[in-house]
Amino acid sequence: MALDKPYKDVPGTTIFDADQSRMGYHLNQFCMSLMKAENRARFKANERAYLDEWPMTEEQKQAVLARDLNRCIQLGGNIYFLAKIGATDGKSFQQMAGSMTGLSEEEYRDMMVRGGRSIEGNRRVGEQSGEKR
Amino acid sequence: MSARITASVYTSHVPAIGAAMDLGKTHEPYWQKVFAGYEFSRQWMKENTPDVVFLVYNDHANAFSLEIIPTFAIGTAAEFAPADEGWGPRPVPGVVGDPRLASHIAQSVIQDDFDLTIVNRMDVDHGLTVPLSLMCGQTDRWPFRVIPFAVNVVQYPVPSGMRCFRLGQAIRRAIESYDEPLKVQIWGTGGMSHQLQGPRAGLINREFDNAFLDRLIADPEGLARMPHIDYVREAGSEGIELVMWLIARGAMADTADTASNGSAHRAGPRPKVVHRFYHVPASNTAVGHLILENPQ
Repeated sequence: MALDKPYKDVPGTTIFDADQSRMGYHLNQFCMSLMKAENRARFKANERAYLDEWPMTEEQKQAVLARDLNRCIQLGGNIYFLAKIGATDGKSFQQMAGSMTGLSEEEYRDMMVRGGRSIEGNRRVGEQSGEKR
Repeated sequence: MSARITASVYTSHVPAIGAAMDLGKTHEPYWQKVFAGYEFSRQWMKENTPDVVFLVYNDHANAFSLEIIPTFAIGTAAEFAPADEGWGPRPVPGVVGDPRLASHIAQSVIQDDFDLTIVNRMDVDHGLTVPLSLMCGQTDRWPFRVIPFAVNVVQYPVPSGMRCFRLGQAIRRAIESYDEPLKVQIWGTGGMSHQLQGPRAGLINREFDNAFLDRLIADPEGLARMPHIDYVREAGSEGIELVMWLIARGAMADTADTASNGSAHRAGPRPKVVHRFYHVPASNTAVGHLILENPQ
């Protein structure tokens, strides 16, 4: 029997469940390897060569090279692991989170200071943001 | 005389709060609004310093990778070092454990049907050190021993709210059966509403958060029945960390239950709310904070 996944209709959200984790195992373990300074240095010196040491899919490698975090998450990445790439690049958590929203860094920060993204219109796929405000 | 739980503390553990303290930014207006909510708490900690804090938190891909994913892990070591999360370890004191009490709790709780993972070596990340910094300020030495208790809230499914609540009750039974007159606090950390990933990142839900605080105080068992999907949908994919607060709440004296060996605990007096604080934002997150005391 298929697993019940009631969270599939939450907009703009990928839940890191057992299936995602299985798909993203090597991608996330690659991220984890960046906790060691020597690995960060080797990755920075030649990103492609370092990625080729991991049994990741080509799509996953391209998503990492492009720093496309939304794509990384679709392909099984988890944000806490992907944050190690951000740390390697010198990015804060807010910069990383903002990069996935289509907003500029400044727009995202301002949105948070104003109280964050509203829940209204953001509960289910198909709801129109703003309609219920 | 046995050990007893004197109070429970609930707080967010946003990493940027630790960075603000470590980098001397606490007087910036943005951060003052956060730290103002903890001034009372630091004074209260000085007047109500426990012997041990049982600190419920989650690891964020630092001590645990995807190689091993324990749902509940209790730290039984004598000491725990602050983790290097990729930016270097936080410049905060090492954490001194309480191996004897931690082992007692592990043995008691496992025999009470909660299958814990026992961890004798583990670094502790911002999930544990930021609450210590918030409650104690900058210091050379944490003023109590700490038993780290890590909950998996990274890979779904996390434990249910009710499982967490019942576990808290089992932890209370374990602490109350310990043969030393220790004062123990239990802390639940993480949350409140936040989402760190995807196009919905930045989600905040004040109504949900404040209702959660109300129910945590007045109707924790009812709150524990809330399904995962409500956390995810209403409080964001990372807002699900809030289940950890139910472990601390379950350990308070007013929740009645029956141990697996049949011994019953009658509902004790309700806790006193000595402090409540809520603020948006700290980085991507809504900050919530509560202190509840068990009447003596």
